[in-house]
Amino acid sequence: MKPQPLLLQALRAPAAMARFGERDWDLLLRQALASNLAATLGLLAEEAGVLAAVPERARRRLGWARTVWERHLKAVDFELRQIGRALRETGLPVILLKGTAYAAAGLPAGAGRLFSDVDLLVPKERLADVESVLMLHGWAGTHLDDYDQRYYREWMHELPPMQHMRRASVVDVHHTILPETAAVRPDPARLRAAARAIPGREGLYTLAPCDMVLHSAVHLFSEGEYHHGLRDLFDLHRLLCHFGAAPGFWAALPERARELELERPLCYALRYCTRLLGTPVPAAVLDAARGGAPNPALLALMDALFLRALQPPHPSCADAFDGAARAALYIRGNWLRMPPLMLSRHLFHKAFLSPKAEPAQ
Amino acid sequence: MAMPTLASLGPRELRARLRGPGLRLQTGPFVTCIRSPLAPLADTLAAMYADYPVLDDGALADFHVRLSGPTGLRRLVRPQVHFHYDGMAPFQPLPLDQAFPMFEWAMNWCVSSQAHSWLVIHAAVIERGGVAAILPAPPGSGKSTLCAALVNRGWRLLSDELTLVRLDDGLIDPLPRPVSLKNASIGIIRDYAPDAALTRPVADTVKGTVAHMRASGDSVARAAEAAAPAWIVFPKWQAGAAAELTPVARAPAHMRLAENAFNYSLLGEAGFQAVGRLVDDARTFDFRYGVLDDAVAVFEQLLRERT
Repeated sequence: MKPQPLLLQALRAPAAMARFGERDWDLLLRQALASNLAATLGLLAEEAGVLAAVPERARRRLGWARTVWERHLKAVDFELRQIGRALRETGLPVILLKGTAYAAAGLPAGAGRLFSDVDLLVPKERLADVESVLMLHGWAGTHLDDYDQRYYREWMHELPPMQHMRRASVVDVHHTILPETAAVRPDPARLRAAARAIPGREGLYTLAPCDMVLHSAVHLFSEGEYHHGLRDLFDLHRLLCHFGAAPGFWAALPERARELELERPLCYALRYCTRLLGTPVPAAVLDAARGGAPNPALLALMDALFLRALQPPHPSCADAFDGAARAALYIRGNWLRMPPLMLSRHLFHKAFLSPKAEPAQ
Repeated sequence: MAMPTLASLGPRELRARLRGPGLRLQTGPFVTCIRSPLAPLADTLAAMYADYPVLDDGALADFHVRLSGPTGLRRLVRPQVHFHYDGMAPFQPLPLDQAFPMFEWAMNWCVSSQAHSWLVIHAAVIERGGVAAILPAPPGSGKSTLCAALVNRGWRLLSDELTLVRLDDGLIDPLPRPVSLKNASIGIIRDYAPDAALTRPVADTVKGTVAHMRASGDSVARAAEAAAPAWIVFPKWQAGAAAELTPVARAPAHMRLAENAFNYSLLGEAGFQAVGRLVDDARTFDFRYGVLDDAVAVFEQLLRERT
């Protein structure tokens, strides 16, 4: 059997990095950079106490990535204070999602992680308030053509991304975690009701631990684009390792997945985390989650797709079927987003009617 | 033990590495793994980088770059060169005869976008007697022309484009690479330093006609010798102007250096400290000049004033 890519070996067991030589690091760094995990890798090496064993040139490279991440954290912190201040008058709790939540709550999943947008969850009936308050504070809507407006406002689970006019920071305001047009629609009121205040960060909240895992899972496994697949799988790994140490978490997780109709994504999350990253999931939880699995033929197909798409997006990790797997998942991602007729109309519109973006300079 | 140089590989081995596992070329503190099937690029690399150390295949590289040529019918119609950074394509392709300028720009980009253990300033920097003069300037100010003239009159080239200021002690690490000359500067430097080795000029690039001047053997051999910054000189060429230095106060000097640094805000406090130390340790001037010989004399005068 082909050995695992170096990056997966390092993410699974960071102490293994002590054994890597110059030639290994040359490849490992490239896989990590392509996966947006270079800063994470450096922090893992430090946490495992093996940074001193890393060749000097590689250590320097990890340091460069860390500098970028530290700057990113400061910028996120600043943005969150601005957003918190802007939304105070709405009286709503500011519930942060995904990378923003991990960073603000100081979770291990946030260590080294970069992200481009701040993601918020608010009640659907308050979207208009939130949008107008953010506009008053300098965030303006993007995607201004009529079709895109309709796409976001009627079909999706978020407002068109709002960009700050001076700082160019982007806020995504969600009212739920899956598109309105998807077949599964977990009740966002349940998610909001269980949200937890972040200690020391007034007015800022994360989802409850189980919900954070389930949201991360549903996001990853209904995606169409897997360039950040491994990074997102590693989020799940770190969330599971961190929350898994708390009493009651593992027992509650499959139960919560059932309540929110998210058994399928949970099944995939646990399956691929354990397979690719060796996440320590109790056997009873794996058994319970197996109920969410698709039929064996479909599962075999999903294995063939996900076990490729969740590899580092680097030429050294791709086999002959890599491109086909990523293309199939792209189609699947859109399929899950909306019913087939709607999807074909949407793709037709995007291909032939939408104004073309300006080519990059 | 002396490391093998690019020249010591010979043309066959050079091409084999470029086509195969990659040429691991050391420039200043960086190792770049370069792959390319383009024969003219190999020839220009051989001419411009002959004295630079090369490392063997197993050595760790900071950057992995590949320049590829046209495929299929593109070989026949306006062939282009593509730059790949380890599988990504950060730039639009360029006409094929711009392969070497593209390589040089891409090498600058690798450093300026990632090498955050230094404050990286968009500036030429030269050294004499252990001390360095930093020449930050926007394109068109005559910075590279002045730099090329000075390094042909006894100054050591540390870098033509990227000044690497160490964050811990404020010293400047050399990154000697070919000096980029544009348009009229090419003829001016040919006349001024007839012995300088220049590439064939490439016309119609985004910067006009471009040629590169090889860094001297001495500057390449001493690429590990850091230098202390003594002067920051903002040059401005003006036809017929007498050579004249005007002191710049610390606060505006700080602001102008920060504007010219690629990673000033990314480095946060460390960037602020590094620029602060530079303007404390070095004297800052605006410099107007019209004739290269006069400009060189002014730099020699600056040096004499120190000793």
